[in-house]
Amino acid sequence: MSDITSQSLFELTSNIKEKKLSSEEITKAFINRAEKSKKLNVYVTDNFEKAIDQSKKFDSNPNLDFKLPGIPIAVKDLFCTNGVRTTAGSKILNNFVPTYESTVTQNLWNQGAILLGKLNCDEFAMGSSNETSFFGNVQNPVGENLVPGGSSGGSSAAVAANLTPVTIGTDTGGSIRQPASFTGTVGLKPTYGSCSRYGIVAFASSLDQAGPMTKNVRDCSMLLEVISSFDQKDSTSIDYKRNNYSKELSKDIKGKKIGIPKEYRVDNMPDEIEQLWKNGISYAKDCGAEIIDISLPHTNYALPTYYIVAPAEASSNLARYDGVKYGFRSPGQNLIEMYEKTRSEGFGDEVKRRIMIGTYVLSSGYYDAYYLKAQKVRQLIKKDFDDAFSKVDAILTPSTPSSAFKIGEKTNDPVSMYLNDIFTVPINLAGLPGISIPAGKDKNNYPLGLQVIGKPFDEQNILNISYALEDKINFKNDILDWWLSE
Amino acid sequence: MSKNIEYLIDRENKQYEVIIGLEVHAQVTSESKLFSQSSTKFGAEPNTQVSLVDAAFPGMLPVINEFCIEQAIKTGIGLKAKINKKSVFDRKNYFYADLPQGYQISQYKYPIVGEGKVILDMPNGQKEIGIERLHLEQDAGKSIHDIDPNNTLVDLNRSGVALMEIVSKPDLRSPDEVNVYIKKLRSIMRYLGTCDGNMQEGSLRADVNVSVRLKGETEFGTRCEIKNVNSIKFMQMAIISEANRQIDLLEEGKEIDQETRLFDTKRNETRSMRSKEDAHDYRYFPDPDLLPLEISQELIEKIKSDIPELPDEKKKRFIDKFNLSPYEATILVSDIETSNFFEEVIKNSDVKLATNWITGELFAVLNEKNLEISQSPVSAKNLSKLINLIKDGTISGKIAKTVFEQMIDGDQDPLIIVKEKGLKQESDPKAIEELINKVIENNSDKVAEYKSGKDKLFGFFVGQAMKESKGKGNPQLINKILKEKLNG
Repeated sequence: MSDITSQSLFELTSNIKEKKLSSEEITKAFINRAEKSKKLNVYVTDNFEKAIDQSKKFDSNPNLDFKLPGIPIAVKDLFCTNGVRTTAGSKILNNFVPTYESTVTQNLWNQGAILLGKLNCDEFAMGSSNETSFFGNVQNPVGENLVPGGSSGGSSAAVAANLTPVTIGTDTGGSIRQPASFTGTVGLKPTYGSCSRYGIVAFASSLDQAGPMTKNVRDCSMLLEVISSFDQKDSTSIDYKRNNYSKELSKDIKGKKIGIPKEYRVDNMPDEIEQLWKNGISYAKDCGAEIIDISLPHTNYALPTYYIVAPAEASSNLARYDGVKYGFRSPGQNLIEMYEKTRSEGFGDEVKRRIMIGTYVLSSGYYDAYYLKAQKVRQLIKKDFDDAFSKVDAILTPSTPSSAFKIGEKTNDPVSMYLNDIFTVPINLAGLPGISIPAGKDKNNYPLGLQVIGKPFDEQNILNISYALEDKINFKNDILDWWLSE
Repeated sequence: MSKNIEYLIDRENKQYEVIIGLEVHAQVTSESKLFSQSSTKFGAEPNTQVSLVDAAFPGMLPVINEFCIEQAIKTGIGLKAKINKKSVFDRKNYFYADLPQGYQISQYKYPIVGEGKVILDMPNGQKEIGIERLHLEQDAGKSIHDIDPNNTLVDLNRSGVALMEIVSKPDLRSPDEVNVYIKKLRSIMRYLGTCDGNMQEGSLRADVNVSVRLKGETEFGTRCEIKNVNSIKFMQMAIISEANRQIDLLEEGKEIDQETRLFDTKRNETRSMRSKEDAHDYRYFPDPDLLPLEISQELIEKIKSDIPELPDEKKKRFIDKFNLSPYEATILVSDIETSNFFEEVIKNSDVKLATNWITGELFAVLNEKNLEISQSPVSAKNLSKLINLIKDGTISGKIAKTVFEQMIDGDQDPLIIVKEKGLKQESDPKAIEELINKVIENNSDKVAEYKSGKDKLFGFFVGQAMKESKGKGNPQLINKILKEKLNG
C-alpha cells in the first residue's frame, strides 16, 4: 500500500470499506504531514484535535454505507463551519465563529467526512494567486515561491501537497479551475444552482458556485455526487435529478462532439499553451470524439463584463461587514467614523478596489452604462454558448493563459492579474459547468490545465470526457516535498 | 361625482392649492418575516425575534415567504390594481446601524402591483385617488438612542418584517382627504386581513409628499417629502405646516428646494433632513440572491375567489338591500369590525332600529369609553335582543335606553334586566284604560278645558298617564285610548 496521504479518495474509501485502514490512521497521517508542511501556509485554522476525536468515534462504529466514510477533509475558509472559525481570508472576519454550517459542508459530514481544517484563500475569494489573504501567501507545492493560483489557493495547494485527500473550493470567475491548473490537480465548477450557496461567504451571488478539487477525475465525480443537492435555503438552487456521477463515470466518449472555440486563441498566448490544446484535441480524437470548430463571438467582452458584474454584487454583499454585529470593529467617535475605520482597517486593498469599482458601476448616472450594459452582454455571452451547444456536446479550451507565476510578480498589476481568468470567466457568466484537468507542463515543468465546458446540468458528460482524456494524458505531478520540515 | 369644497390657503389676494401624495408603509399581516421564518409578533423583548438571515450573518440567504406575496396580491386586488405577473426584488444600498445587510431588499423598477384606485367618500360626494404602485420590502431594525448614554443600541426584531409600500398619485388636495384616504386604505386592508392598520404599533406609517401652487395653475410645484409620519393627526399637522412654509417662501420670492424633511411634533413644524444634493444614491440593482418573482394567473384567480366583500361593495349592498342612507352605510362599513357587528345584530332584528342603535347609543358609549367596536361592552347578540324587545312592544324606546345603560355593565341580557326590574311595557288595554280613567277623574278641570278646544292639553294627559304607569305604559296604546276617551 502506498503512503496514506498520497492515496486518492477512491483508494482511501476502498481501504476503509475493506477495513485495511482506519479513519484514525488516515486522519493522523494527514495531520502529521500538515504539521511538517507549515511552510506552505495552507491552513488558516486547523481542526486537528476534534478531527482525531471524530475519527476515533467513526472507527468505534463505522458506517461503511457512507460515501465518505471517516475521510478527513479540509475545506476552503469561505464555507461557514459550525463552531470553527471562518475568516474568508479577511481580517474583518478574523474572530468570526459561525453557529451554523454551510449546506455543502453539511453534505460532506452527512456522508461521514471529518473536518480537518479551514484552508487559506484570497480575501473574500477576490484574487487569482492567494496573495490577497490576510493570512499570507500560500506556497505552491509545485515550486518554491510560486503562487498556487486563487482564490482557492490553499485548497489547490493542500490537494497537490497531499494535505487533504480532496477539498472543496468556490469558483466565481475561475477560483477552482485556475488554481487546479496551477497545481496539477482537478477542479470542477458545477452548473450555477447545483451546489447550494447557503452558508458560503458571498462574493458575487450570481456567479459563486462551490465545487470539488481533487487529485483525479474519479475523485472529482465522487465528491460532486456528495456536495451537489437541491436546497430550499438557497432561492437560486435548482431542483433537478442529479446523476450518480461516480457510478456513471465512463471513458467511452466515442462520437461525442467537442467544440474548439477560435476566440480562445488569444494574443500572446504562450506556444506551450497552444501545444497543450493541440495535444488535448488529438487525445480527444484518439478517444473517438468528433472535433468541431465553433465560434463564441462575444468572448472578448467576458472579462470586462465580469469585472463589472462581480464587483457590483460584491460591493453590496460586503456591506454587512460594518463592525456592528460581528467580526472586527475599530471604535470611532460616531457611527460613520466607526464604519470608516472598521472597513479601512478590516479589508485589504484588492477587496477595497473591487468595492470601489462595484460602487461606481452601480451609481446613479453610471448604472446604465456599466451594470445594465454588462448584464446585456452577459446574455449575449450566454447565447454564444447556447448556440454552440446546439452543435456540440462539450467545449475544450486551455484553463489558463499561463502556468503558475512567482509570488509578488503580478501584485502591482491588477489588470494582468485579472487576465488570468480570461478562459474561465465566460463559463461563470453563462452559469455552465467547467472542469480543469492537468494536461501537461511548461518549460519550467509547471503544470498546465485543459478545461472542458459542458451544457447546463451536464456534469456527467464533462466528467466522462475528462476521465477519458486523463487516461490518455497520463499526467504525473512532480512534487518533491521541498517544504517539509521535521 | 359632485365637486368637493376646495381646500385653499389664502395669502393677501392669492389662493394656494395644496398637492399631496402619500407613500404608505403597511406591515403585512403574517406570522413570519418576508425572507425568514422569524416571528413578527409585536412587543417582544429586543433581539429575540431575529434569525441569522435577519441579522445578515455571512452566507445567509433570503428565501421568500409565499404568504407575504399572496397578501400583497390580495391587497392589490382590493385596490382594484393591476397585478404584475413578473416583478423583481432589488437591493437598496445604504449603511445604517439598524440595517444589518447594508441594503434593504425592496422592489424598485418592477413592483408586484401596478396602478389602482381608492374611492373616498367625502361629505360632498366621492373622489377617486389613484394608486401608482404597491411594492414589497423589508423593514429595518430599530436604533434606540435613549437607553445608554454613550451608545446607540439596536433592536433587530423588526428587521426583515414585510412591508407593503403603497404609493398614491398626487391626487390628494387637503388634510381632510388625507384623513379619509388613510382610513379607507386601512379599512380595505383590514377587510382583506392583509394589514392590521395599527398605527400605535407602527403597522401603518407614511411618507408625505407636499407641494403647493396657485389656484388655477396646472403645473406641479417643487415637492418636499416628510418622512415617516405615524399618525393621521400628525400627517394633517405636517401638511398644514409644510404647505404654509412653502407658501411663505414663495411669497417672499424664494425658491423651494426639493428635499426630505422631518416633522417635529412638539414644535409643529417640519425641518430639513437632507437636500436633493445630499440625497442617498441607493445603487439599486436586482438582488442576485432572489430570482424574479413570477405569479401565475391561476394564483391570482385563486386569491380573487377568496376576496371578501370590500367596503365599497358592502356599502352598495347596505343601501340597496337595507335601504340605508349613504351616510349610514358609509359609517357602518368604515371598519370591518363595525360592519360585522352590524350584520350580526340584524341577523335576528330590525335593520332600521339596529342602524340607529349602533350609530347612536353604541357609538356614543364607545366614544365615551374610548373603545373599539371589537371591545364593545354590549355584544351583538344582546343588542339584537334589546332591539327585538322594542320591536315587539315589550319595552318602549325610552325604557330601552334605561335597559341599555344597564347592559353596558358586563354585557347583561336585556330580557333578564327587563324581567328583574319589572320594566315590561304595559300593553293590556284594560289596564291602560283603568289608569287613564284615573287620570281623567283626577283632572276634571283640564278635561273641561280640553273639550272646550284647548287641544294642546292632550300632551299633558299623555304625560300624566305615563307617570301613572311608572313609564311602562305602551305609548301607542295610551294615545289611542286617551283619544277615544277625551274625544268620545
